[in-house]
Amino acid sequence: MSDVLEVDVAVVGGGIVGCAVARELAGRDVSVALVEARGDVGDATSKANTAILHTGFDAVPGSLESRLVARGYALLSAYAEQAGIPVERTGALLVAWDDEQLDALPGLRAKAEKNGYTRTRLVGADEVYARVPALGPGALGGLEVPDESIVCSWTAALAYATEAVHRGAHLLLRHRVSAIEVGPARTLLTTDRGAVSARWVVNAAGMGADVLDRMLGFDRFTVVPRRGELIVFDKLARPLAPTIVLPVPSSLGKGVLVSPTVYGNVMLGPTAEDLDDRSDTSTSEQGLSSLLEKGRRIMPSLLDEEVTTTYAGLRASTEHSDYVVDVDAGMRYVLLGGIRSTGLTASMALAEHVVGLMESAGEPLAERPGLPPVPRMPMIGEAFPRPYADAARIAADPEYGRVVCFCERATAGEIRDALYSTIPPTDLDGLRRRTRALMGRCQGFFCGAEVARLLEDGGR
Amino acid sequence: MTADVRADVVVVGGGPAGLTAAADLARTCRVVVLDREQQAGGIPRHSDHPGYGLRDLRRVLSGPEYARRLVAAAQDAGADVRTGWTVTGWAGERTLEVTSPAGRLTATGGAVVLATGARERARPARLVAGDRPAGVLTTGQLQQLVHLQHRSPGTRAVVVGSELVSWSAVLTLREAGCRTVLMTTDRPYGEAYAGLRMPASAGLRVPLLTRARVARVVGREQVEAVELEEVGTGRRRTVECDVVVFTGGWIPDHELVRLGGLDLDPATLGPRVDPALRTSSDGVFAAGNLVHPVDTADVCALDGRHVAAAVRRWLEAPRQPGAGVELAAEPPLRWVAPSVWRPGEPGPARGRLLLWPEERVLAPVLVAVQGGRQVGRVRLPWPAVPGRVLRVPSSLVSGVRADAGPVRIALG
Ligand SMILES: Cc1cc2nc3c(=O)[nH]c(=O)nc-3n(C[C@H](O)[C@H](O)[C@H](O)COP(=O)(O)OP(=O)(O)OC[C@H]3O[C@@H](n4cnc5c(N)ncnc54)[C@H](O)[C@@H]3O)c2cc1C
Ligand SMILES: Cc1cc2nc3c(=O)[nH]c(=O)nc-3n(C[C@H](O)[C@H](O)[C@H](O)COP(=O)(O)OP(=O)(O)OC[C@H]3O[C@@H](n4cnc5c(N)ncnc54)[C@H](O)[C@@H]3O)c2cc1C
Repeated sequence: MSDVLEVDVAVVGGGIVGCAVARELAGRDVSVALVEARGDVGDATSKANTAILHTGFDAVPGSLESRLVARGYALLSAYAEQAGIPVERTGALLVAWDDEQLDALPGLRAKAEKNGYTRTRLVGADEVYARVPALGPGALGGLEVPDESIVCSWTAALAYATEAVHRGAHLLLRHRVSAIEVGPARTLLTTDRGAVSARWVVNAAGMGADVLDRMLGFDRFTVVPRRGELIVFDKLARPLAPTIVLPVPSSLGKGVLVSPTVYGNVMLGPTAEDLDDRSDTSTSEQGLSSLLEKGRRIMPSLLDEEVTTTYAGLRASTEHSDYVVDVDAGMRYVLLGGIRSTGLTASMALAEHVVGLMESAGEPLAERPGLPPVPRMPMIGEAFPRPYADAARIAADPEYGRVVCFCERATAGEIRDALYSTIPPTDLDGLRRRTRALMGRCQGFFCGAEVARLLEDGGR
Repeated sequence: MTADVRADVVVVGGGPAGLTAAADLARTCRVVVLDREQQAGGIPRHSDHPGYGLRDLRRVLSGPEYARRLVAAAQDAGADVRTGWTVTGWAGERTLEVTSPAGRLTATGGAVVLATGARERARPARLVAGDRPAGVLTTGQLQQLVHLQHRSPGTRAVVVGSELVSWSAVLTLREAGCRTVLMTTDRPYGEAYAGLRMPASAGLRVPLLTRARVARVVGREQVEAVELEEVGTGRRRTVECDVVVFTGGWIPDHELVRLGGLDLDPATLGPRVDPALRTSSDGVFAAGNLVHPVDTADVCALDGRHVAAAVRRWLEAPRQPGAGVELAAEPPLRWVAPSVWRPGEPGPARGRLLLWPEERVLAPVLVAVQGGRQVGRVRLPWPAVPGRVLRVPSSLVSGVRADAGPVRIALG
C-alpha cells in the first residue's frame, strides 16, 4: 500500500471546473488531490471553447446554471484582476437579421431581467451599424449586452491549478481514474499510476463525468459530446469586431457568433453537432464550410482576412437542460455533471457551490488562515502590457527582448518562465497555452523548429 | 542601455532583398538592417540546396552559402546588420518600433525599406479539415527542422503542391531520409517540373497526382494519412503517411504594411508599389517577395539593387510623385507587380513586370488595355507556368498614358 496517496478530498478532472474546485478546497481545512488523466490541466473542453465570460442574460431563469453563471461572472472578473488573467469587457450585440429575430429581442430582454441582468438595451439598425460597421447588409436591430466579456480560458485554468498547488494540493497528472470503491470512511480511487484514498470525491470529469458516476453505482445521466467548430482569423481582422456579435436564437437554430479574442484575433463559430465519439475534436469539411457560409452573411469582409487556425471543442451535453449537480452525504460524493456551455464562466461559483454542498452534508470546511498570495500569471492578453513591449522588463532581463515566436511576439524569457513555472508544459500545445508561441498566423513557418528545441532544451 | 537608432536608411528584413539594398546603399550612406532572426540571410539560410545566386552573383550557390555572402557583402560595405531585432510597428512616419535584447527601442530613417518577405500558408489557412496531429508542416518549417535543428520529420511524406518550392521540400525530405510517397496538385498537371532542371538532374522520381485536393488529415497524435479528393468527380482515396508538407500558397508578410496604413495591393496582398518600388507612404519603399509573392532569391536581390537608386534619389530630394496609373492583372493572371505605373519615369527592376499565372500557356501573348484601347502587346518565347512568376518586358506598358485611366493586363 506504499503508493496510496491519502487525502481528504479527491477532485477528479483537471478541467477549468476541477481546477477551480481544487483551488477553493485547498484553501480550507482539508487536504486535496487533483486527479487528471491527461498530461496537463485545462487540456480538454476547457481549452477549446469560445471563451466568453457570460453575464448569464440568456440562461434559463430559475435554473442552477442561471444562478451560478451570474455568480461566476462576478467571481472570475474579480479574480482575473488579481491573478492577471486577461479579460476584456467588449460587450455583446445580438443582431436580428429577420423579423422573427427582431420580434424576439424584447422577450430576450425580459428574460435577462428575470436572470437578474438589467443592463440590456434595444438598439436600432443605425446603432447596430455604428457599433459594428463591418456587419453585412440586412441587420434590422439588436440587443446590447454591455457586460459580456472575453477571457483567456487557458490562463484561468492554469491560475486556479497553480494556486491550488501553492495551497498544498497534490496535482496528479496522467492519473486516469479507472475504478472507484466506496468504503465506510474512505473511498479508493484506482488510477493507472497508483491509488488515491480520499474521504470525499468530487466528480468534475467533464466528458467522462457519467462514466465516473457509474463507477460509483449511479445511472442518472449520459454525456453526449456536442461538437463546436471554430475558425480563428488573423489579428489584422481585429478592428472588424470591436464587440461580440451574437446570434438571436430562432426557429432556424442557434446561429454562430463573431467575437474578438483576448489574443487579438477574431473568431467565428461555433457549430453544434452531436457526436458519438467523446474524443473526436477533429474539424469537419461540412462544419467549416457552414461556418464560412454564415460568416459571409454576418461579416463579409471578415472572410477576406487570413485564417490563422481552426479547432473544435466538445460540450458535455446531457438529457437534462440544467447542470447535473448533486451531493451524496453517505457516499461523501459530489457530482458536477453536464457543465455544458457555460462552465468557464461558472467555474468559481461551482467551486463555491461545492463547499456549500459539502458543508450541508456535515463536512466542516473552515477557511485556512495564512494562505499564500494569489499567483500572478504571465500576461498573454493583447490588450495588456506584454513583455516584448515592456522597456523596463527588457532592460532588467534581455531575454524578454528576444522574440522567438514573431507572429505572437512570445519571447525567450516567457518560454523559459513557463518551463520553470509551478505547472510546466509537457508538450508544444501546453507551451502554446502558456505563452502564445506557435499560435500565430505562420503556424510555425518561422519559429516552429526553434520553439520545439527550446521546449526540449529547457528554454536555453 | 542602447540608444534609439537613427540612420539615413533603415531596412526591415535581412533577406536577399534587404541585404542587397543595404550593400548598395551603404557605399554612400548610413544603413541599418534590422532582422528578427538570430542570423540574417532570410529564407536561403535554411534552404540547403543549390539554386541560389544565378542572376545577382552570377554563380550557383547553396542557400546558406548564398546567405552568408549577402550578409558579408552588406557588412563589408559598411551596413550595420542587427539580428534579433524585431520590428513590431510604427511610431512615426519613418520611425519603427523595435524589440531586441538591447531594449525596446525605435529606429528612424530618412528612408525606410521594407523587405520582410513572404511565407507559405499553413494548413489552417487552407481550411483543411480533420485532426490536428504532429507532422503537418510547411516547407519553411520542414527546412528549419532538418537544416537548422537537425531533426527527422518522419518516414513517409505527402507533399501538397508541385511548385518550385515543392521540389525544394522533396529534396529536403530525401536528405532527411524521408520518402515522398506522393506529390499532389489540384491542377491538371505538375506545375513547375516543366521549367525545372533540378529534380531531373537530382534523380528525383516522385509520383504526382494531379487534380487532387487534400480533404482531410487523419491521425490523433501523429499524421497517419491524408484523404484526397479528385477535383471534379469528388472521388476519394486515402494515402498513408506520417508527414504532410503544405508547400507554396504564398502570402507576403505584410503586417507592417497594414499597421502603417500603406496602400495594399488586393491581388498580391503586398504593398502597392511603383516601378521605383515606392509605397504610398513618403520615403517608405518595399522590395523582394513582400512585393511579389514569390520570385526567386536572385530576383529579390536585384530588387534590392534597384530600390537603392530610388532611395538615394529620395534622400537627395525628398519628393513623392503624385498618383500613377494603376495596373491590374486579369484572370488567369492573378497579380502584377509593380501595380502602379509612371509614364516617363525609369522602368521596373530588370525592365520586367512580374505576373503570377494560374494556367499553363506555352508561348503566351500579353496585352495591355487602357480605356478600352490596346496600348501594348508582347509575345513571350518562354511559357507561363503556375507556381512561378512570369517575367514580362515592361515595354508592354510603355504606351500607357498618364491621363487615360487604369490599365488591364491580360493574356491575348
Ligand atoms: C464550442 C464550445 C464553446 C464554449 N463556449 C463557452 C463560453 O463562451 N463561455 C463559457 O463559460 N463556457 C463555454 N463553453 C463551455 C466550457 O468550455 C465548459 O463548460 C468547461 O470547459 C467545462 O469544464 P470541465 O472542467 O467541466 O470539463 P473539461 O475541460 O472537459 O475537463 C474535464 C477533465 O476531466 C478529465 N477526466 C475525465 N475522465 C477522467 C478520469 N476517469 N480520470 C481522470 N480524469 C478524467 C479530462 O481529461 C478533462 O481534463 C464552451 C464549450 C464548447 C465546447
Ligand atoms: C523552401 C524554399 C526553397 C526555395 N528555393 C529557392 C531556390 O532554389 N532558388 C531561389 O532563387 N529561390 C528560392 N526560394 C525563394 C527565395 O528563398 C526567396 O525568393 C527569397 O528568400 C526572398 O527574399 P526576400 O529578401 O524578399 O525575403 P526573405 O528571404 O523572406 O527575408 C525576409 C527577412 O525579413 C525578416 N523580417 C520579416 N519581418 C520582420 C520584422 N517585422 N522585423 C525584422 N525582420 C523581419 C525575416 O526574418 C527575414 O530574414 C525558395 C524559397 C523557399 C521557401
